[in-house]
This record gives sequence, structure tokens and C-alpha cells, in this order.
Amino acid sequence: MRIEISAKRLQSDFVKKVEEISGQTLPSCYQCGKCSAGCPMSFAMDLLPNQIIHLVRLGLEEDIAKSKTIWLCASCLTCSVRCPRGVDLSRIMEALRLITLRKNIDYVEPSRIAAEIIAELPQIALVSSFRKLTA
Amino acid sequence: MDLSYYPGCTLKTKSKNLEDSAIASMTALGINLVELPRWNCCGTVYSLADDDLVHHLAPLRNLIRVKEEGNGRVLTLCSFCYNTLKRANLLIKNDQEKRNTINSFMEEEADYEGEVEVVHLLQILRDEIGWEGVSEKVVVPLQGLKVAPYYGCTLLRPQEVAIDQVERPTIMQQLLQSLGAEVVDFPFATECCGSFQIVGNPEFVLDCAWNILSSALRWGAEALVVSCPLCDFNLGQRQREISNRYSEFREMPILYFTQLLALSLGLGAEVCRFDLNYVDPRPLLESKGLIR
Repeated sequence: MRIEISAKRLQSDFVKKVEEISGQTLPSCYQCGKCSAGCPMSFAMDLLPNQIIHLVRLGLEEDIAKSKTIWLCASCLTCSVRCPRGVDLSRIMEALRLITLRKNIDYVEPSRIAAEIIAELPQIALVSSFRKLTA
Repeated sequence: MDLSYYPGCTLKTKSKNLEDSAIASMTALGINLVELPRWNCCGTVYSLADDDLVHHLAPLRNLIRVKEEGNGRVLTLCSFCYNTLKRANLLIKNDQEKRNTINSFMEEEADYEGEVEVVHLLQILRDEIGWEGVSEKVVVPLQGLKVAPYYGCTLLRPQEVAIDQVERPTIMQQLLQSLGAEVVDFPFATECCGSFQIVGNPEFVLDCAWNILSSALRWGAEALVVSCPLCDFNLGQRQREISNRYSEFREMPILYFTQLLALSLGLGAEVCRFDLNYVDPRPLLESKGLIR
């Protein structure tokens, strides 16, 4: 992947916003990949979790927006408890989702879920999915 | 002894088998679970954003109800409720600035500073009744039953709310051993089942379930033991579909640890509500002579 790095992007509002919402220090990550190695959803992701952190700190908002990865994170916190640098990646994923959701864009559309599926799902599945993936 | 009890939504709807077997078991062990007279949904997931305080109100209001009842702690059965209540409580206890903001926003409530302790049933069994205390009360030992404890995420992560060692928990293993079961260790015991992704990405959760269940089968388990209603659903409800996709797969019952506890305490199969389990565990339990 060819990427363009510029001072403007590195100091963009996007990078600042992710740090502000997540409370995480992005430069702490040294790209060891432990988060990706342990992620139970990585098999379904087009970008690995450690690649997401790297793209965020380079300010490459559009590349993250094109990827499904942040929407597949189940907030299981495996990455958070294993990170040797103390970076809580689950909070970075949450910040990235919120930047989209706060524009009133939903990832899961409750009205499109069939009534029989809603009837069989446990309440904790529905509430957490709507909490995590709708505006 | 009375203990304040917060059930949460799922235990009143999909997981009556968890609630009924837990309440009956605890009564038999001398602890009376007293449901809060007023409670609301905890929100199920703890907000991971620094600037989002409003989502902490739902869990905190429940803790304020506990305090109003004059109780110093509250027991949860659902892993999601445990995690959300416990984390919200830690936040308000440890972050003075956020505590002030939240308390001034909830004008109608008395100020709350995190005084209530949130505990999970497994902790009470280990720390107060003790494994010996449990095994003394066993009248139907689960002899010959090969079970694999599966912990999932929210009882163990993050570290500050973990009820046991994060990477190598043994709490359910110890419980099941004290009930006389043969415990199978397997490498996916703390792997996420896919959680709420079942709503938007069910096909990926099916793969997560396959990874976990096929590993437990390979290590010799006859049933998986869980504490969380969402793990129960994700691992249990779609096993037919997994069988269709992977011909080598064998269906395997998923049981709540409280069901096995109730059974071994001699409380009978009725209180366990095995009819609500997604894969019927009765043929297996009958084959071991544990139920008739």
C-alpha cells in the first residue's frame, strides 16, 4: 500500500480527536502485533488491529473509513490486557467508531433485523449491539 | 445471610435457567438472594470513551438503588451486568472530576461515591462459602461428567475487574472439581465468542463458536460450562448450523455453572430448567446417571 505522509496529516484534528476520545497515547505503540495475534475477529478483518493504530497516527482517516475492522471489534479487550506498552486499543476502536456514529451514521440498522431474529436474541446482544454500533 | 441481587434484563427473559438454578443453589448454601425492588437495564456495555459520561448513569443508578436499600454490596449473575456495574463503580470511585460531573448531572439522586461493592456469584462461592463448603453440600457428585469451563470476556477483562487470573483462570475449574466433575482444560477458555457481533455479523460469530467448540471437543469435553447468557446463546443456539457447515462437528450441550451446582446439591432437574438450554443436556446427564 502506497501512503503519503505529511505534517498536515500527522497533526490533523482527526489524530487529536482520537487521542482525546480514547485517552490513549498513540506513539506508545511499537507495532509488535500482539493485539492482532490475539484478536478473535482478526480472521474477518481487512486491516489488522495494529495496522489501524498505525494508520490513525499517520492521520489516514480515509483508509480507516474504507475498512470494516473497527466495526468487527467486539470489545473483548484481549488486546487491551495483552499490550506490552499499555495501550488500550479497545478505546481507540471505540473512539474511531464514535467519530462516525456522532455524524448520525449507523452501522447496524435495527429496523432491518427480522422480527424472528430479534425475538430469539438475548437482550444483552441487542442492547450492546445498538449501544456500540448505532448513533 | 441476605445478599442484594441485581438480575438484569436477560435473566428475566432468555436465561431463566441461569436465574432459577442460581437462586435455588444459593438458598441451599445458606445465602438468600434478595432482588432489588427497583432496577433498570445496566446498558450492558461499559462506555470506552473519555468524553461519554451519560452512558455511566444507567449502571450507577442501580448502585444508588442498592445503597438506598442500606446494602454495601450487590450480587450479579450475568457477566455483562457484572462488568458494566463494576467498571462504572470503579470510575466514580477513582475519578473525582468525573464523579463531580456525574453527581451534579443526576440532581434528583443522592451523591454517590462508589460505596457499593459489585460481586459475581462465582466470587461468593470461592471467597465466602469456599470450595470445601460447597463440596460438603454435594449429594449428587458429577462423577464421570467431562466438562470444559469457558469464561468468555467480561468476568476477566479488563484486569481491574477480573474475578481471577486474566490469562489462566481456575475459578470455574475449582468449582466443578468440588462438584465431582472431571474438568477438561482447553486453550480457548478465555477466547471471545463474538459477543454482540451476533446481531450484525452472525456468520463471523459462527466461526468463533466453531473455533471454541471444536477445540473443547478435541480436548475431550462432553459439555461446555458457561456463566454468560450471551456466550450461552452464541455457542449453543447455532450448533445445528455449525454441524451443517462442518461435518466432523458433534453437537455439545452448553450448561450454566449454576445448573450443575443445583444438580449436584440435589435440588432436582426441574429447578435447572434444562428445557431452556439450546442443546438439550438431558441425554448426556441421563447417560451419566445424574438425572432420571
